[in-house]
Amino acid sequence: MKYKDYYQTLGVSRDASAADIKKAYRKLAQKHHPDVSKEAGAEERFKDIAEAYTTLKDADKRAAFDRLGSHAPGEDFRPPPDWGEQFGAQPGGHGFRFEDIDLSDLFAGLGGTGGRGGRGGGHGGGAGLSMPGEDFEVVAPISIEDAATGTLVELNLSVPEYDASGRLARTPRVFKARIPKGATHGQRLRLRGKGGKGFNGGRDGDLYLNIELKPHPLFRPAGHDLYLDLPIAPWEAALGATVAVPTLAGSVHLKIPAGTMTGQKLRLARRGLPRPEGEAGDLFAIAQLVVPPTLTERERELFGELAAGSTFDPRSHFTKEGSDGN
Amino acid sequence: MATEQDETAWMTDHCRVTLAELASLSGLPDEVLRELVDCGALAPLDPREGDGTFSAHYVVSMRTAGRLRSDFELDANALAVALSFIERIRELEEQLHAARAQAPRRLR
Repeated sequence: MKYKDYYQTLGVSRDASAADIKKAYRKLAQKHHPDVSKEAGAEERFKDIAEAYTTLKDADKRAAFDRLGSHAPGEDFRPPPDWGEQFGAQPGGHGFRFEDIDLSDLFAGLGGTGGRGGRGGGHGGGAGLSMPGEDFEVVAPISIEDAATGTLVELNLSVPEYDASGRLARTPRVFKARIPKGATHGQRLRLRGKGGKGFNGGRDGDLYLNIELKPHPLFRPAGHDLYLDLPIAPWEAALGATVAVPTLAGSVHLKIPAGTMTGQKLRLARRGLPRPEGEAGDLFAIAQLVVPPTLTERERELFGELAAGSTFDPRSHFTKEGSDGN
Repeated sequence: MATEQDETAWMTDHCRVTLAELASLSGLPDEVLRELVDCGALAPLDPREGDGTFSAHYVVSMRTAGRLRSDFELDANALAVALSFIERIRELEEQLHAARAQAPRRLR
């Protein structure tokens, strides 16, 4: 069995008071809790912190941990032989070996005030007690096209499950989940009973899919609406035009009104992502005025004529506001 | 290695759950959920019903509440405050996501 130094995990000395242990846990939990931290590895770090606190906050477990003595973290060690029975680990007849279990399993067997169930802890209570299976939350990245039509995703997960003797072991499982059309970024889907297996009659956990839409070269989702940059030439903006615009269902013609400005949104109703119920979202084409990067001689002449003949002053408000205010 | 397949259920306003289901899914006891209703952090679809039913979108936030209660030893009042901030952050993230989608690609 590998030794873990719970005091070191919480950053406290071995003679720390219960109050100091609680204070250290809360400080670390606020930093690493997966519902708070966006840092990579926060969940794993928090599991270690919670495991350490679950043991050290309980006087009996802490005393038992202290009796193990001090070892280097990760060092192999062997608890006293009578600990197996003492901690409900069912030695004898089940092939029990300390090498097969984790330090947290050992202390979970002590009972008392454990952490919340279903987060990778031990079987937490010995024989006879049913435990619900763990819920899993995973990110399911899908394309915008798949969100529009629905898709079947395959998820390869390594999940902790209870074996016949109630010990947790990681098992590879492949889940196929049908994501119906109507998904969008940030939505959650629940697959009932498809999480970790329950132990001793406990209910199976659920699998939650957090839908993540992959970046698309043209479309940007916002809820069920889609946004598309629509580059237009100066003369199309000034005179109006009808242009071909891509949508998820193929190209459509869009009329650009005369006098269109950069940033104006042109709406294509119900051309966005379908909703699970009700009408589809809209597609918004955002006009982007684009000038030719290099001008031909003829284009230069024509722009020159326009500049000479036009009375339009796009900065007329500068003069007005400047003379009024200052 | 077993391959499993199942249909899915949206955790949105289109689905509903009972108080008992919400308790089972979130790990929060019934009485804490009722306190959250009293605090206004959890709104039944029809407030006139006894225990009532709730939009399934609460499953996500109540599961978060269940974790926070367990890991930070929060009472219902503290949970209600935390949930209001979490909901506010979710709304702001949604607005930020929408604003980014509307900004021309060259400006993002």
